[in-house]
Amino acid sequence: MKRIDHAEASSKFIEAKDNADFHDRRLWDLRQKRDREKEKLPEWEELRTIASAIKEHTLTHLADYLEEFERNAVRNGATVHWARDAAEHNEIVYRLLHDRGARTLVKAKSMLTDECEMRPFLERRDIAVIETDLGERIQQLDDEPPSHIVVPAVHKLRTDVAEVFAKTLGTDPKNSDVHYLAESQRQTTRPHFLTADAGMTGANFAVAETGTIVVCTNEGNADLSVHLPKLHIVSVGIEKIIPKIEHLGVFVRMLSRSALGSPITQMTSHFRSPRAGTEMHIVLVDNGRSERLGMSDFWYSLKCIRCGACMNTCPVYRRSGGLSYGATYSGPIGVIIDPAFDLRKYSALPFASTLNGSCTAVCPVRIDIHEQIYKWRQIMSERNQLPFVKKEAMQLAGKVLGNPRLYRAALAAAGAGLEHLPRFMMYNRLNAWGRQREVPRTAPATFRQWYLANRGQK
Amino acid sequence: MSTRDDILARVRSKQPAPQPLPDVPLFKPDPRPLLEQFEAGLVRMGGKFVNSAGTGDADAVVRRLFPDAKVICSATPEVTGNRLLATVGLPADLDDVDVGVVRAAFGVAETGSVWLTDTAFGVSALGFLSQHLVVLLDTERLLPGLQQAYRQRQWFDARYGVFLTGPSATADIEGVLIHGAQGVRSLTVIGMPA
Repeated sequence: MKRIDHAEASSKFIEAKDNADFHDRRLWDLRQKRDREKEKLPEWEELRTIASAIKEHTLTHLADYLEEFERNAVRNGATVHWARDAAEHNEIVYRLLHDRGARTLVKAKSMLTDECEMRPFLERRDIAVIETDLGERIQQLDDEPPSHIVVPAVHKLRTDVAEVFAKTLGTDPKNSDVHYLAESQRQTTRPHFLTADAGMTGANFAVAETGTIVVCTNEGNADLSVHLPKLHIVSVGIEKIIPKIEHLGVFVRMLSRSALGSPITQMTSHFRSPRAGTEMHIVLVDNGRSERLGMSDFWYSLKCIRCGACMNTCPVYRRSGGLSYGATYSGPIGVIIDPAFDLRKYSALPFASTLNGSCTAVCPVRIDIHEQIYKWRQIMSERNQLPFVKKEAMQLAGKVLGNPRLYRAALAAAGAGLEHLPRFMMYNRLNAWGRQREVPRTAPATFRQWYLANRGQK
Repeated sequence: MSTRDDILARVRSKQPAPQPLPDVPLFKPDPRPLLEQFEAGLVRMGGKFVNSAGTGDADAVVRRLFPDAKVICSATPEVTGNRLLATVGLPADLDDVDVGVVRAAFGVAETGSVWLTDTAFGVSALGFLSQHLVVLLDTERLLPGLQQAYRQRQWFDARYGVFLTGPSATADIEGVLIHGAQGVRSLTVIGMPA
């Protein structure tokens, strides 16, 4: 698998300046909305601690809770399937559809089905898959993966959407009014809801004590996908289990506040049992999760509730766009999940971070994201996955920083260099720090010089 | 070994050292009157609140709110409408409904949400295919917060239940808020004793 070059892909993203500027502003706005919501809850920090502890408890007893969930789901009249990996998941879904003669599937957003690359798999087998979330539909029609786990088309401007819809839905290419575009999607998706053979959702939470699947949406598309067809398929990662209904009181309070800065999603839907005359099938998917559970540094990432707060706050994500990560999961959470799927392919991602820790500070389930990013960097270095320039630079830096005399000499030379070097020597391909930014002015003296002059005698 | 047993065995062998399950306290609820909070929460999420305690005639309120509605389908005895739920064969038959009417079991002050179930709807698609939704709510049945609501295990025995908070909405294009993305274009909660 080819190594993803995040820096290279980001530089392309930045070239579309209007998109890049809007992307940065929009996501920062979501972060600020999140802040305003959490300020209203005096118990916010305690909720984060409790949410984290519930998840850690569940993950350390996961097998028992999975069995409890299965028992209750079966008692409710649902059928439970198990999939080791993406291939098994896709095959199960295909069999369910094929055996019932189903040719059309309306589906709500599910990162797991993206992770499994289910849509192309089904389409190759003549099953029409219609994404029904507006952002996800835009991405499907543009033949692009989602760029953000909550707002999939956030990297696009209204004019981009107008272009996509004109080509695929036959709308007026000159009309980029957002109401017109959204209404066009509503009108063109509705016939699919009315006639689809099957519906599919993901799951935000799966409750062990009742066998309930909880799905949070704003558009109502998950409910429309379930309440019309005769078959409801749920794809759920095994880490989505929570023990009890009362725990939803913690997670539902945090999810949308963290994601969008709203107190709750417009719909928080609880699917426990299929309606009369219909079927509900739940596919529990491992796909690398049990492996990650055994990684002592990285199993905490399984606590993730996919709110996207870490992406909205990340300065690198906001300025590089989700697609530049070349993976289903982007942003800080992607950086710590993706290398577990494919170390070499995603070896550059842990370097797409300034290690500022903002992701960790906003995470509703207290995942130590920036510390995990740092640990992944160490693994990349140990397994020889650093690109040549970075490796050479790091070795040189290691020598200089490890030797006080060399360090002082280098500082003096750098200070002089920064002041007097001609621009072409500072701002070129070899100096990554000189790209897209001006190097700051150097201080007139180093701390050591100041210390020796002012305190050295005492 | 079956896939199921294989996954369970693998999970069991990889599980880190057991961590305890924390107690979840009921945090101190917002001191403001419940109805005031509920209304503010609902309006914030794009919903409308109408208190009909004075008139007691929900039918009249619905007609006044939606004078142009051709098809009104009600799952409540208080509102008559002109489409009988009993005649609905397939959920898709509700495609032409202008206004759906349903009664909520309770509301949540913290968020402005109403709790609706498959039994309340009769046909659950009513809450999503209708162009507009009217929800009757006894304002005596307000809980302070989501945590209090999720402590009532028996309510979650419904086959299907939803906390509905305002109409269908999206901000997927440039963050511009649109009501009526896929489901109902508007949500009106009428305060009316059960």
